[in-house]
Amino acid sequence: MSDPVPLTTGHPGQVASATPPAPGRSRRLSDRGLAVAFISPALLLLLAMSVFPLLWALYLSFTDYSATRGGPAHFVGFGNYTAILTSAQVHQRALTTLIYVVGAVGLQTVLGFAIAYLISRRTHGRGLLTTLFLVPMMLSPVVVGLFWRFMLDAQFGVINSMLGSLGVGQVEWLTRQRTALISLIVVDTWQWTPFIMLIALAGLTAVPRYLYEAASIDRASEWFRFRTITLPLVWPLLLIAVLFRAIEAFRLFDLVYILTSGGPGVSTETLSFHVYKVAFLGFHTGTASAYGILMVLVVIVLTQLYLRYLNKLKED
Amino acid sequence: MAVSVNEAVSTGPVRDHPPGARRLGGRSRSILEVALLAVLAVVMLFPVLWMIETSIKENRDVYAIPAKFVDFQVTSEHFKDVFVASGGGRSALSVSFLNSVLVAGVSTVLATVLGVPAAWAYSRFAVKAKKDQLFFILSTRFMPPVVVVVPIFLMYRQVGLIDTKLGLILIYAAFNLPFTIWMMKGFVDEVPAEYEDAAMLDGYTRLQAFWRFTLPLLVPGIAATAVFALIFSWNEFVFAIFLTSSDNVRTAPPAIAGLIGGTTVDWGLVAAASVVCALPVFVFAYLVRKHLVAGVTLGAVRR
Repeated sequence: MSDPVPLTTGHPGQVASATPPAPGRSRRLSDRGLAVAFISPALLLLLAMSVFPLLWALYLSFTDYSATRGGPAHFVGFGNYTAILTSAQVHQRALTTLIYVVGAVGLQTVLGFAIAYLISRRTHGRGLLTTLFLVPMMLSPVVVGLFWRFMLDAQFGVINSMLGSLGVGQVEWLTRQRTALISLIVVDTWQWTPFIMLIALAGLTAVPRYLYEAASIDRASEWFRFRTITLPLVWPLLLIAVLFRAIEAFRLFDLVYILTSGGPGVSTETLSFHVYKVAFLGFHTGTASAYGILMVLVVIVLTQLYLRYLNKLKED
Repeated sequence: MAVSVNEAVSTGPVRDHPPGARRLGGRSRSILEVALLAVLAVVMLFPVLWMIETSIKENRDVYAIPAKFVDFQVTSEHFKDVFVASGGGRSALSVSFLNSVLVAGVSTVLATVLGVPAAWAYSRFAVKAKKDQLFFILSTRFMPPVVVVVPIFLMYRQVGLIDTKLGLILIYAAFNLPFTIWMMKGFVDEVPAEYEDAAMLDGYTRLQAFWRFTLPLLVPGIAATAVFALIFSWNEFVFAIFLTSSDNVRTAPPAIAGLIGGTTVDWGLVAAASVVCALPVFVFAYLVRKHLVAGVTLGAVRR
């Protein structure tokens, strides 16, 4: 019974291989055709929605075009670029962005790694703990921004209420120059610590157990084990997480928009938010485009770095 | 008091934690670690619990000073306000949720239909400069939305896509496509190409082999990828606020953000709308929990 079955199914194959050159060539040809047919629609959409707009922005960045004034655009050469690069306003936004990115990503990395390390040492309830810690990351930035705005409210916010019961006076979290930027960093840290934690945890659980066993036979100290086994093995993955977060933090817009709208004054205006103001409140479309192109250049450099490390990780 | 409730939940693992202390003092150290984890869990989860609590509080308890953690009046008014307008009929918020379902759903389908075949082709065929193409695709996803939105805005104004659902669907599809391709390429790589070779020996064409043998094996991966794309579109805010303005087009995130525009803010309503917005995301995230690492790194990191 079992013999004839493979024989019959084998027939079409034998027929095909009986005339090898023709199907072989046509198959290779159709492979190429298939690849083009399958890839080009996706690439076309990306060209239309990502590349074309960027090229348009590149063109506008050399003109004095304004979206509201309309009328023809005049070529101004590198005027917009020099204006932005020499503007003290832009320098200040760049500094704010730098403080924000370094502060938020630094805090997230330390906290996220610490949580992941603590969880990886548990033998029970790991899944539940991980799921609980991941909740903030899944929320929309709008929900996060709005809700923290409510919690940080100077009068009826729950944070001040709790501080009040500890005897600390009211803090105007979002309306004071210095605390506003700190609040922004805290909220971003709250939302994105789980991201670093998740990736660090993936790295930590992948460390082979026998390495630790070997180290404990050698009576290596806890700190020594952490420094020579855990950290070097998790570091490549952690670096990718950190770079990813840095890119995301650099282009952050929604949280600023919801939480502080750049205020008080301009104390929480990041570069992204400033571009928005120049483009949609100042209507200097040409200048905003040049500003945007410069930001894109920074993102491209960061992305290249990210992809290089990613490649390295994949090859190992 | 809410804190203590929270603690009871998160200290669950303490009880089933085994006395696996090999060295002296290991046990007290382990207790310390659990306590630290519990404190961190409380800090991370408190805002979410507070949001849920606020969404079911009577208005005067929402603004109570000092804040009320347990002894508040429970009401479902805020949730009713999310869906039903004050004069009866559908509220603007409920319309925005329906818009979100439509925009996120259709854009996800579009990204999947375009992305899955592309991912398969990248995985199976020797495409020219494949690595460069894949890196280019991923880097489009990293563009700052505020920068992209300026020329997109001008472009949409030219072709009449401003303030339309189609406009949002197209930009979300383009925004999710890099993710879909990267994520799906990982799944396709896991299916041996030999299956297709064997099918082709049996007389099927390459396309039939993909359709009949590979695709069915990819279904779980496609589902996970689509769920992530759905979450990204559902939560997206920047494109939504700049490219749409009218109530019957707007999606949920800008509609919820619009609740704080006036002089007085109904925080109970904001909390209830936020809960409604977050709930499906939690359900979906739970469904794809196995693929979270790959999902949140846009398919770049796989373990």
